[in-house]
Amino acid sequence: MNRKLKHWAGSALIALLSGGVIAAAAAAQSSEAVSEAGGKSLVQYLQKGEGRITDPAPGWDYLWTEVIIDITVIGILFALMTAYFIWRYRRVPGGPTVGSGPTLSTAAAVGWVVIPTFVFMADDFFIAANGWVLWNKYRDVPAERLEVQLESGMYSWDYTYPNGARTQNELIVPAGKPVLLRMTSRDTLHSHFIPDFRVKEDSMPGRVTYLWFLPREAGKEHVITCAEYCGVMHSYMAGRVIVKTPEEFKAWYDATGDSTRKSS
Amino acid sequence: MNLKEWIFTTDHKRVGVLYLIGSIAAFIVAGVMALLMRLELSAVGPTITSNPTSYNVWLYAHGAVMILGFQIPALTGFFANYCIPLMIGAKDVAFPRVNALSVWLFYVGIVLALLTFFVPDPPDVMWTGYPPYSTITTGNTALYTFTVLILGFASIIGGVNFLTTIAYMRAPGLTWNKLNIFVWCTLAAFVLQLIFVPVLGTAVTLISMDKYLGTHFFDPTRGGDVLTYQNLFWFYSHPAVYVIFLPFFGVLFEIVATFAKNRVFNYKAVVFGGIGGIVLLAGEVWVHHLYVSGMVDWIRVGQMVTTLLISVPVGLMLIGLVGTLYKGSITFETPMLYALGVLFLFLIGGLTGIPLAVTSLTLHLSDTYYVVGHFHYVMAVAGTFSIFAGVYYWFPKMTGRMYNEFWGKLGFWITFVGTNIVFWTMMDIGVKGMPRRYYDYAHFAQFEPAHKLMTIGAVILGVGFAIALLNWIIGAIKGKPAGNNPWGSMSLEWTTVSPPPHGNWPSPPSVSEEWTPYAYGRR
Ligand code: HEM
Ligand SMILES: [Cu+2]
Ligand SMILES: [Cu+2]
Repeated sequence: MNRKLKHWAGSALIALLSGGVIAAAAAAQSSEAVSEAGGKSLVQYLQKGEGRITDPAPGWDYLWTEVIIDITVIGILFALMTAYFIWRYRRVPGGPTVGSGPTLSTAAAVGWVVIPTFVFMADDFFIAANGWVLWNKYRDVPAERLEVQLESGMYSWDYTYPNGARTQNELIVPAGKPVLLRMTSRDTLHSHFIPDFRVKEDSMPGRVTYLWFLPREAGKEHVITCAEYCGVMHSYMAGRVIVKTPEEFKAWYDATGDSTRKSS
Repeated sequence: MNLKEWIFTTDHKRVGVLYLIGSIAAFIVAGVMALLMRLELSAVGPTITSNPTSYNVWLYAHGAVMILGFQIPALTGFFANYCIPLMIGAKDVAFPRVNALSVWLFYVGIVLALLTFFVPDPPDVMWTGYPPYSTITTGNTALYTFTVLILGFASIIGGVNFLTTIAYMRAPGLTWNKLNIFVWCTLAAFVLQLIFVPVLGTAVTLISMDKYLGTHFFDPTRGGDVLTYQNLFWFYSHPAVYVIFLPFFGVLFEIVATFAKNRVFNYKAVVFGGIGGIVLLAGEVWVHHLYVSGMVDWIRVGQMVTTLLISVPVGLMLIGLVGTLYKGSITFETPMLYALGVLFLFLIGGLTGIPLAVTSLTLHLSDTYYVVGHFHYVMAVAGTFSIFAGVYYWFPKMTGRMYNEFWGKLGFWITFVGTNIVFWTMMDIGVKGMPRRYYDYAHFAQFEPAHKLMTIGAVILGVGFAIALLNWIIGAIKGKPAGNNPWGSMSLEWTTVSPPPHGNWPSPPSVSEEWTPYAYGRR
């Protein structure tokens, strides 16, 4: 085989191989998660259990694992190739003292652009599509929900419930019902971050932003923390989501209508 | 050495060295800030200061000085000045006096940045300066504004100079297709600077107008909008990432080609696909910094796609770099060690950016230590290692002397260990929920051991950097004479004496038909 043809074929082979490995890894990953999730893809995973409320938080973990596997495979491929080249082409006594890297033919040069471009783009679009599916989940709020107004300020989270009940730094919610926060700020930027529910969004003066999550287990508490630098005491701007049973919640809610409840 | 000669110099090499000294000084100051922050975070609760504002000021100074005072000036100030005229066979830059103005403006900027530690109410607005806080803080936002303006201005007049120099002052026979990759990278970086710095200038000017002159650009109660600032800021500051990335990749290409004694793999793909692709995409991805800022949904999804597509040109450049090792004859002196270190660690930095491109994943990751870990892998690790690699690489050219190889390698390995301890741990606790810009973490006390570990890592890292700095100082004073071309490179800068005289060559060089800066072992 002539040399140029060999380079060309070699290039194509490596590119296709790496593309194949990425695709295979992605497929293996989804099928592995399939058994666990009972679905076939992120879409099906999120839609599983028609009629039941599903929330984005487990979807986040799912997509995170998928993306981490994807980038780990790419990273290891590149690292192995680099390590192999470094070892294989190190200068040895008596060996060549100059390199003999190939001059690529036009076809090979173009191939080395087009093929990797398509491989990378395939992976990009695969990730983007999944990201978009999960994104829609995050932004479409179920109709049946508890809607709470949040006003953030230096340095507290002030919640107002539909019946006028107010709390500070304690977001009291019933288990099993989606909670929608409509957020604004009376001074600087803040970001209402609940790590356990994998969600945050900035609040600011002049605009209303929102986020939602699904508290699952009664009796649990979840840290709320401020994720956007808002001033001197930024790192102390914390609160808790307190999840009650629907009955407990109702009792509390009915008792506190239009009163103000303060706590630290 | 005559001080007056240095102050009034218009020689591009001296201007370059002045840039190097200033940016390394900035690196040391900002590095000390990093150590102070790490000490403060080594335990829950107040440790070395009980005033959160002190921490916030250190963080402001660390971020602003590392980016605006160290990385951008080191890459587009020092390397560009020192190397570009030599690489293209020119006697000097096109406008030597403008060049001198640029370096002294840079020093004014550095002095302004250092004033942070002397004014009564130092800026505490972070390097991003987001309003409303930056317009209501008692801290000195004006100082932030002027520091950014001066440093930005210094950089764009440098840009005009280098675009002209590269276009008109190449040696006879040195066609565009024979330019060093580093020259292409710098050219692209300056194009980005020229387009985008004015936007940053506007943004930071408007916050000071809001704060001191009573305007309401960002005040919604008077018809302004807080988000506009963030858009303007990142409209510049994302491309700024490439202003750092491109030249440091350029430096890597020079080093890898020289120590592998090999031609650059698929030169045109690197230049037009890689560098060109980045320039094209640079301005369309800024919203990935605003994924949780309350932007409309469609633009968040749209820029997820453009952001992910950045992987294409970056991938092409990486293939070019790794491909240059293929069939090389590789040796492992200190500059190459740093460069190869980047080849591995940049994979971590680059690939951990992919989750951050995905809008839905950032709803959890944004503004956490995961982000801090990610961008430190890109800038503090890959960027800084490349700068160190480059300084080691051109050290014999600049000084005519050799640094100490043993200490060079030792410094590298210590730094390598330290960076991974610090920045890997950052990403780990970030995914678990640790938010960034925290003076204290009382409600995340479970991360205390990780924070302790990072403090230890930061000390190790500091030792590694200190070894490199001392190695340069000692080498410059009493290193062994290095000869004109110790690495056996083909590139033009090695054809003159070390250090090169004013005017660079006794008679201007010209290059032959077959010559390229990477024409090793032609068959
Ligand atoms: C030398 C070792 C370094 C250490 C130990 C270190 C450590 C840190 C720490 C602890 C933070 C604060 C995180 C927070 O509170 O949110 C930080 C922020 C930052 N660092 Fe570094 N850093 C180092 C080097 C660098 C370098 C070389 C750069 C160069 C670009 C850099 C750029 C930044 C930036 C831009 C920020 C963000 C500032 C902000 O949030 O406004 N760092 N670093
Ligand atoms: Cu805050
Ligand atoms: Cu960006």
